[in-house]
Amino acid sequence: MSWTKDAMVRRAAAEIRRGEIVNLGIGMPTEVANHIAPSWEVTLHSENGLLGMGPFPRPDEVDPLLINAGKQTVTALPGASTFDSALSFAMIRGGHVDLAILGGLEVSAAGDLANWTVPGKLITGMGGAMDLAAGARRVVVLQSHAAKDGTPKLALSLTLPATARACVSRVITELGVFDPRGTCFACVERAGGVGEDEIRTRTGAPVRFET
Amino acid sequence: MSKLFPSVEAALADLLRDGMSILSGGFGLCGIAEACIAEVARRGPRGLTIISNNCGNQGQGLAVLLKQGQVRRVICSYVGGNPDLAERYLEGSVTVELSPQGTFAERIRAGGAGIGGFFTPTGAGTVVAEGKETRLIDGRLHVLEGPLRGDLAIVRAQVADTFGNARFHRTARNFSPLMAMAGALTVLEADQVVEVGAIDPDDVHLPGIFVKRIVHVPEHANVIEFRTVREAR
Repeated sequence: MSWTKDAMVRRAAAEIRRGEIVNLGIGMPTEVANHIAPSWEVTLHSENGLLGMGPFPRPDEVDPLLINAGKQTVTALPGASTFDSALSFAMIRGGHVDLAILGGLEVSAAGDLANWTVPGKLITGMGGAMDLAAGARRVVVLQSHAAKDGTPKLALSLTLPATARACVSRVITELGVFDPRGTCFACVERAGGVGEDEIRTRTGAPVRFET
Repeated sequence: MSKLFPSVEAALADLLRDGMSILSGGFGLCGIAEACIAEVARRGPRGLTIISNNCGNQGQGLAVLLKQGQVRRVICSYVGGNPDLAERYLEGSVTVELSPQGTFAERIRAGGAGIGGFFTPTGAGTVVAEGKETRLIDGRLHVLEGPLRGDLAIVRAQVADTFGNARFHRTARNFSPLMAMAGALTVLEADQVVEVGAIDPDDVHLPGIFVKRIVHVPEHANVIEFRTVREAR
């Protein structure tokens, strides 16, 4: 049995260490916030200019000028700060954000990440993805193991345009947890019931099992 | 000397011309200078270069200028959720220069701060670095990025005094102070205009030196792109 989306999100939350400053990417990574306990004393950074982001507002608390990078209404927790975009990206680029959990389209064994565009599809722009991938101290990618047609999304080298090079520490997919090791992926955890053969078949690079 | 103008029409009257570049604050629709944008749409200058993180969204904000065919070029970081820009881009009537969001912000800051460029690790080894000078700094590949400036900056603040000292509200600050610095002339619309001295010097987010004209715009639509809430108490 591979992991459900919820199980993947929970596994990603387990990557967060006590007291860290964390940026959660748009999409599935945003849901990681639902699994962060207050006792972890984690501070969420949103690159549009908010440190200390809280949960979605109650209906009577909605402030249209308080949003996250996905343009959803959010709240600011006690101790939060707001700032301009240059300062916000100084936090990211300057290595002050401990962890970024990002969505991915493809990760290479060298730790290269592709997550911003697919040639031939309508271009959306990279937004803050390149800065986060290049700047956060640690980058964890949350993505499916293979495309719908079976094409592996963990590959020896990227086939899609890169977001940043040698930036990914860890990839979490429905099949397990994988660390890029240069010319192979180390599988450090397998989802319950997923065999080594299945992982080998569905991965586009050699896999070393360290489970 | 008061920089307060009686209306947005008056503040922009002698500034708009075909082919000019306009810097616009805002993140999507959050914190945009709604009245200034509406006036640019009404007056209709064409061939514009728009420097803004998103160039509007969901058919609103700066997207109105795209719909009206006023825009020739957009410099931004993100075009998702903006069908008007996608459509114009595909038909070839608008060119788009994409810049990573942090690089984009820093380029505007550099433009306003008189910096001729900077080396950043963002974009190294990607299409963003193509044709640009690169350098190894502390063992890491960096890309040279140039400054951005514009003929006019339009920004919105929550409160401004008549010298132009301004304070923003929450995440509506985003790119606005940077855009204000990088405009050859900056017009600021404020929800509230107060006398000089009413904002404590320590509470000023944007010093008035960067603002040339102020308009009092008490009402803003403040369109929410995604209203996400949790259950009521």
